[in-house]
Amino acid sequence: MDSSLALSLTTFIYALASVFYIGSFTFKKQILAKTGFIVLVTGFVLNTVGIILRWIESYQMGYGHAPFANMYESLVFFSWTVAILYIFVELKYKESIIGAFASPLVFLAIAYASLSPDINSKITPLIPALKSNWLIAHVITCFLGYAGFALAFGFSIIYFVKPKNPDNTSIFSKLPSEDLIDELTYQMVVFGFLFLTIGIITGAVWANSAWGKYWSWDPKETWSLITWFVYAIFMHLRMMKGWHGRNLAWVSIIGFIAVMFTYFGVNYLLSGLHSYG
Amino acid sequence: MKKNQTIPEKIWQFFCSVRLAVYTLVIIAATSIIGTVILQNGTQQQYINLYGEAVSNLIKVFNFDDMYHAWWFLFLIVILCINLIVCSIERLSITWKIIFPKQVKFNPERFRKLKNLEIFTVNKETEAIFGNYESFLSKTVGKVLKKQTESGTVMYAEKGRWTRIGVYVIHSSIILLIIGALIGAIFGFKASLQLDEGAISDVAFLHNKSVPVNIGFSIKCNDFDVKFYDTGAPEEYRSTLAIIENGKESFIEDIRVNHPLRYKGINIFQSSYGTARPDSVIFDIITQPDKGVISKTIKIGQEIQLPEDQGLFKLEGFLPHFDFRGNNLGEAFVGRITQKDGKSFQIALPVKYPTFDKMRKGVFAFVVKDFEKKYYTGLQITKDPGVWYVYSGFILMIIGCWITFFMSHQSYFIEIKKDKDNNSNISISGTTNRNSQGLKLKIKKMIIKLKDI
Ligand code: HEM
Repeated sequence: MDSSLALSLTTFIYALASVFYIGSFTFKKQILAKTGFIVLVTGFVLNTVGIILRWIESYQMGYGHAPFANMYESLVFFSWTVAILYIFVELKYKESIIGAFASPLVFLAIAYASLSPDINSKITPLIPALKSNWLIAHVITCFLGYAGFALAFGFSIIYFVKPKNPDNTSIFSKLPSEDLIDELTYQMVVFGFLFLTIGIITGAVWANSAWGKYWSWDPKETWSLITWFVYAIFMHLRMMKGWHGRNLAWVSIIGFIAVMFTYFGVNYLLSGLHSYG
Repeated sequence: MKKNQTIPEKIWQFFCSVRLAVYTLVIIAATSIIGTVILQNGTQQQYINLYGEAVSNLIKVFNFDDMYHAWWFLFLIVILCINLIVCSIERLSITWKIIFPKQVKFNPERFRKLKNLEIFTVNKETEAIFGNYESFLSKTVGKVLKKQTESGTVMYAEKGRWTRIGVYVIHSSIILLIIGALIGAIFGFKASLQLDEGAISDVAFLHNKSVPVNIGFSIKCNDFDVKFYDTGAPEEYRSTLAIIENGKESFIEDIRVNHPLRYKGINIFQSSYGTARPDSVIFDIITQPDKGVISKTIKIGQEIQLPEDQGLFKLEGFLPHFDFRGNNLGEAFVGRITQKDGKSFQIALPVKYPTFDKMRKGVFAFVVKDFEKKYYTGLQITKDPGVWYVYSGFILMIIGCWITFFMSHQSYFIEIKKDKDNNSNISISGTTNRNSQGLKLKIKKMIIKLKDI
């Protein structure tokens, strides 16, 4: 098996997991969610194998670098981080219905990587600026941060589909209570914030060791700072009266839009130092 | 809020509010977008070409061309800092009293009413389990306080009071970062230097301004080398630099991208490279009709006699990019022929097209035969005495976030009552300053363990 086969299979399995989770939500069948979880974990294992194989293949081709060097690889890794974080959350909080709002994100990232014609899946050599151990620390922490925000986004959506007082027969009665969604969203934001903070810091330290400046207001840097501010605003708003539930969920959604812009928008619309995600 | 405040009190109140913090952060985040959309630090001409005369004047007025150093942006950051400092001072005394209480007390009634209260029964006598529960609580949480009440025995333990200091660590790290950035901006510099192989310099040039700054020692480029992948993409740039102080060579070191040289507070980075002006070239001078060929080595700036006394040729210089009718023909030499009759004209000799000069159909054609190819290395030279403040800020911020987000001040309460069958009726609940859901799960886990002992 080579990495591209493993990752294509992963895409397919993640799609299946989403179908199970969404099915369990629509048909109110816990068993479907349980199956969804097993499928998701299978996909995750294959995702991991795919990343490791790609790493090995890059050494066989003589380029020898961690598989975080272009948009394709970063999206595959993004799927991986969202999947592992979600698996952890489901195991810890024992809530499986929320998978209907998380698994599609896992699937969409890797599906976009595999299917978009703009994204090249070839293994390419590293340009000199990217040859640094900081690359690995920087990419892993940034993407863990993005994963936290992605899940916070998924959980925020629940506020908008859940009616105020669902009757027991509706599919919404299975959704967790507002308190729990609030807590889950907050925990994900906090997780994302810590890792985005470390991500920005490792990026700054790396820039200082590569170009002699820890901050140069490059568009990608600036957008990651804007994202960071949005989530800082989220945390401070939470301390103010009237800011909980839907109102706060909006801020988390805006935050995720900022994440997406930092990730894709900057690459496609603005120019700067970062040639990939 | 109090009425009849004096003006300083009002100002203090104004800067105390978290609402102001939110507003300031929103404005900073929103305006930061401007600098990612509008070109930064461009020339006047670039702005006029991109945005037109009127808009580019507007950009200049609001400093949008260098917005992260604009007075209004710095003003926002100052507001944020004052806000942060005033707010922290205001709250620290309250937090301090919570962290270091005169005496730890607890109110059983409050814990009995908590939402996360769980009740279960154990088929053992209360006396038998009391000691076990106490040692469990003191092992997993902390020092246990006990009380006898009319209905039974209660115990209480807590941990993590100190974690309430976490947010102050985060906020002071922000101040430290800003101080570090300020020191860097005032006492540091970022400059660049192009050194031909073999050349030496003790000054570098500030960006955009070509203002020279003293490095404090001399840098000599002994050698430059670039390696390519088989795809043609660059793999590695390497400069061999010698550091020269008081006329003596101190040491030699190789620098690569991501592997700078740091010496006496100065950082030297590999940033670019290019072809340097060669010293001399070997030309074939072809006499056009009868094809007589003479080879000659000519230094740049040197003037030679043309064969058969036809006049003079002076090699004037070297162009990295020679423009011929709008096409970039790459590296080229330029020279000047002064004929016998006094007529003088310039000729260009592109390296990639050695026979280019034949097209001129002159008496002689100059063909570039060979020259020693030399590179220049593009160095980035920086000094930033504030960087250690910034790095300390980084570390503090990570530690502060970790404490604030993943640790908390938790209190646990257990009540043991004897029921009518001599079994033990147990209530357990707890409080925390964050992550109440997490605490609920922790209590559930505790119950599983408590049932076992
Ligand atoms: C870049 C700027 C800032 C960042 C990154 C930041 C970060 C944080 C974080 C992470 C928390 C913890 C949130 C939580 O527990 O959920 C916090 C709490 C807080 N922040 Fe900030 N902050 C910033 C600016 C400010 C400013 C300017 C103020 C001024 C009023 C402020 C006042 C507070 C207060 C009062 C708390 C709550 C403390 C407590 O829980 O006792 N922050 N901040």
